[in-house]
Amino acid sequence: MDWTLWLELVIKALVLIFALLGGFAYLTWYERRLLARFQSRLGPNRAGPFGLLQPIADAVKLIFKEELTPAKAYKLVFFLAPIMTLVPSVIIAAVIPWGPPFQLGDRIVTQSIADINVGVLFLMSIASIAVYGIVLAGWSSNNKYAMLGGLRSAAQMISYELTLGLAFVVAILLGNSMNLTDIVEAQRDGRWFVLVQPVGALILWIATLAEVNRHPFDMPEAEQELTAGYHTEYSGMKFALFFMAEYQKMIVVSAILATLFFGGYLGPWVDRWPLLGPVYMFLKIVILLFIMIWVRATWPRIRYDRLMAFGWKVLLPLALAVVMITAVGILLAEINPWMIWLIPIFSLIAGAFASLMIDRSLRRKAYA
Amino acid sequence: MLKELGRGLITTFKMLLESPVTIQYPEEKRPVRPRFRGRHVLKRYDNGLEKCIGCSLCAAACPADAIFVESAENTDEERYAPGERYASTYEINMLRCIFCGFCEDACPTEAIVLGANYELTFTNRRDAIYTKDSLLEAVPSPELLTPQKVEPGEYTRSIPEMEDPKL
Repeated sequence: MDWTLWLELVIKALVLIFALLGGFAYLTWYERRLLARFQSRLGPNRAGPFGLLQPIADAVKLIFKEELTPAKAYKLVFFLAPIMTLVPSVIIAAVIPWGPPFQLGDRIVTQSIADINVGVLFLMSIASIAVYGIVLAGWSSNNKYAMLGGLRSAAQMISYELTLGLAFVVAILLGNSMNLTDIVEAQRDGRWFVLVQPVGALILWIATLAEVNRHPFDMPEAEQELTAGYHTEYSGMKFALFFMAEYQKMIVVSAILATLFFGGYLGPWVDRWPLLGPVYMFLKIVILLFIMIWVRATWPRIRYDRLMAFGWKVLLPLALAVVMITAVGILLAEINPWMIWLIPIFSLIAGAFASLMIDRSLRRKAYA
Repeated sequence: MLKELGRGLITTFKMLLESPVTIQYPEEKRPVRPRFRGRHVLKRYDNGLEKCIGCSLCAAACPADAIFVESAENTDEERYAPGERYASTYEINMLRCIFCGFCEDACPTEAIVLGANYELTFTNRRDAIYTKDSLLEAVPSPELLTPQKVEPGEYTRSIPEMEDPKL
């Protein structure tokens, strides 16, 4: 390896990390402003124009806050847990392609840090690591609420990870590759996988909501039941790390969703100006985040037993059916390319059937 | 199920399109109601003389014991209020005051009135005691300031416009 490659990697990594950190700070602002508008309020607008300096004010506040460590906490794990939560949320972004490769001098620069051929597997494995931080945080604080939050989080994340994996399989099948760049390139000419497999995209979206503990699946930090869940005992910068991890995971899962199902960096004229790739990614991420915040402003948290029931009895069978339909549809498309459009038809039928079944079971339970 | 979820989303989206109901407080203030009981004001007559005659009935009526009045004699060279006496010290402790308005009811000359000002902030206990200077109504022109020098025998009554009881 020559030194220019090292330089390139370091520069790309630094750009990505600073983009994610800045993105985290401004995501909090975006969410608070948007949530306020959904509730007919204004949101933070005092610090700087439109409240744009609010994240900086929050950061200063958090840095100067007292950091408490409970007397009976397991000190080492208590200290490591926030770091273990934050780090995966950053390194998961390493394999996401942010744009097509471009020529710089006599070398070709790819717009992802590591364009590895098992990118999707990397995503899966790193996404699972994040749960350790949360569980250990809950356990080491030696607090009942935190413990319950950690346990809930572990159960929820493991349950929804199966669905998440199956939704990834749909994208892998359609893209015929595990490399994220190949998956994006397979969606060229407006053939986004969300059009071919809308139910798969929906399943992935629901599973990622559960994976990052967002509404309506924010069981691990249900304020009304668990005060704050796994980070009850954390304060100051340690709390900020959890907060950071949560929001970075939001950004990253939106990026994954955009990459796998919404055409990634593809958009008009992206081949002529490869630097438009990150712009398209940014726009897609902002729209997906908008939907996440919209959902947070609207839907109530679902009950814990129903969360598990939904994960295991509805989402997992549906995901299996969708994978099955996709596989059969791809085989049929080899006979006649138009048969590929059987996939959305049949998967929509499967999705409608699932929602009908939920409806029926809810109606039965209404008077139980 | 999908219908209900979608209806919820549409409801919140409609709120997004509406303008927020927030009132940006320090820049934009809502007017208070006519009978609002805010900070006290010590009133004056049109000729600038203070209505307060230092009788201490407000202090007696005050359930929170927030008012302190000390009175002194008027003279025609230094006249503050019509009649014999005026309040030389008039203090209200805003930490004690409960804004009940009893002082207003007790006042025989309608000198003390609860006004519209509700922005009573202070950073130490001493500033919580509002003195006569801050409570007294402003005068339109400086020659109406008290003490005034008046003709002898002009202001012999504590409430000039009040008629004598008919016998």
